[in-house]
Amino acid sequence: MQGMALTPAAPERARLSQRLARRGFDVTTLLLLPALLFVMALFVYPAIYGLWLSLHPMNGGGALANYINFFSDAYKYDTIFTTLKLAIPVTLVNLLISVPIALRVRHMRYQRILTTILIIPVTLGTVLTAQGMLNYLGPLGWFNRVLMLLGIIHEPVRLVHDFTGVFLSQIVGGFPFCFMLVLSYVTGIDPSLESAAAMLGAGPFARFRHIILPLLGAGLAITFCLAFVQAFAVFPSAVLLGAPSGPTRVIAIAAFHAAYEEYDYSMGSAVAIIMGAVQIIVVMLVMKASSLLYRGPVAGGKG
Amino acid sequence: MTISAKNFRELRLEGMRRDFGGMNALKDISLTVRRGEFIALLGPSGCGKSTALNCLAGLLPLTGGSIWLDETRIDHLKPEERGFGMVFQNYALFPHMSLRKNIGFGLRMQKLPREVIDAKVEEALALVRLTKQADKLPGQISGGQQQRVAIARAIVVEPPLVLMDEPLSNLDAKLRLEMRAEIRRIHNMIGCSTIYVTHDQDEALSLADRIVVLREGEMRQVGTPHELYARPAHADVAEFMGYRNILKAQAQSHDGARLRMRVGGAEIAGCAIEATPGRDVIAAMRPEDLTPSDSGPIAASVVSAEYRGRDFYGLARTPEGLELWFRSDIAVRPGEALRLGAPAERVLVYAGGAA
Repeated sequence: MQGMALTPAAPERARLSQRLARRGFDVTTLLLLPALLFVMALFVYPAIYGLWLSLHPMNGGGALANYINFFSDAYKYDTIFTTLKLAIPVTLVNLLISVPIALRVRHMRYQRILTTILIIPVTLGTVLTAQGMLNYLGPLGWFNRVLMLLGIIHEPVRLVHDFTGVFLSQIVGGFPFCFMLVLSYVTGIDPSLESAAAMLGAGPFARFRHIILPLLGAGLAITFCLAFVQAFAVFPSAVLLGAPSGPTRVIAIAAFHAAYEEYDYSMGSAVAIIMGAVQIIVVMLVMKASSLLYRGPVAGGKG
Repeated sequence: MTISAKNFRELRLEGMRRDFGGMNALKDISLTVRRGEFIALLGPSGCGKSTALNCLAGLLPLTGGSIWLDETRIDHLKPEERGFGMVFQNYALFPHMSLRKNIGFGLRMQKLPREVIDAKVEEALALVRLTKQADKLPGQISGGQQQRVAIARAIVVEPPLVLMDEPLSNLDAKLRLEMRAEIRRIHNMIGCSTIYVTHDQDEALSLADRIVVLREGEMRQVGTPHELYARPAHADVAEFMGYRNILKAQAQSHDGARLRMRVGGAEIAGCAIEATPGRDVIAAMRPEDLTPSDSGPIAASVVSAEYRGRDFYGLARTPEGLELWFRSDIAVRPGEALRLGAPAERVLVYAGGAA
């Protein structure tokens, strides 16, 4: 605190409010309180309560009994890998589609219309999307009927009640979110940087490889984390479109099963805590990796 | 190894045009630039000078005309195929690359051997005096230094033509003067042609071999700095070149290019720039040429005066309400009555009429 050195050596003590202000804490900081209360009541308390609950197993056996149970039962711990196998490819695919489209869209004149169209799937919610896809991609849905009519296939392709169905619905639901984030990162890059690279002889691929990608790196990592967390928590589409007892038995289903079918809230909480831990580990790994990337300003000039 | 521009004889623009949705941003620009020439594109904002530069760079397609580098037509080439250097107004340095990497980018794109790249980058760094800062990122250096990196990056690929888009407009006055000299020094050293866009006539006058004055997408005049300064071809060019007093007048008598005319209540002498000015004319005078003297034909009283160190600049008003900018060696005070006059050869007369 450099400010401290400048205060005169006055014998009387400064008022409390002044001393606090000197440490960057004034009345406006109090405006944080409602939000803080909200976060405490709706997030911190339930999370801690969940942790406490998970450490008090219904059937006794020590504080860690639920966790030992989870990790010794393949049917339970496999859900982690089932979910990762779904969430990581979904996130990567969404990211990979978003980047080229965002690069194209940023120069478009009717950007607003396109982004509005893309946002609609988000506003519809997962259940409605899942319901629609169930009808459209089902054995008797339009998709299969048209393909059969055209003679491309002779039997309906199995697209729902399987891994594919959940995968597709996750793409449909997750893409707009990914795209909007990527678009905002892409439009943040000063277009004159690309012009400068072109003037120096860089073709479109070289410009992407040497200019756009490095400047986008940190933004892509954050987008990956947010999209991944969303995909990892998949539940409605895994139940409606997938095979909830087989290839799409994701970790959220395991938690639901424990808490609301076996009425073991303690076990349910333990699964939820494990789920959170896996998410945090993945996010931390990605953020760690992205710290090696450039993360400064993405404009070319001063200011 | 020395950085020197690729050999070529001339760059020709033939009827270069650019329309933006029915509006002509550039109309029939034709110009031949010789190797080693420094050309300034000068004009007020919105005159099409940046459009012209972007068309030359290949960042904007032409809607008509052609561009030739000697016998090769280049206007259909992409920017990366033209091999020109460009310095952007905001410098457009790659923020994630060190100065060394920024400067070497163009050479890396040419897939030159590493030793060659390193040697040329080192030389370019020395040329712009940034060897010590070479490993910093652009965000860690000052605006003037960023400017020098942008120049080094553009010239290290030895382009036949360097395009500069108001490169000094983001710098403070002192740095601007320094960089002006620096730009001209580097231009002379590597022997490229430079096309320099600016709205500042001082910059154009001091840097360029030839100045192209653009207005509303049209070339109004092309000439040496001296031609433009002393004899602007049109009244609007004169106004832009610092002829601050633009007055309506009525011609009284001709004697070759010399003519006498009435301005308000006074009769003054001037010289006609346009062949037959007609009766209604426009007289243009620089404030520097209009000075108080006992024999001055124009009576006026001082409205305001500002001290400029060596002399005074002021605004005076005639009894008819004409406002005149003038210069004075001795102190003048608001309210003071004086007589103003300018040498006849420094009063330029243009055809009036519509204006």
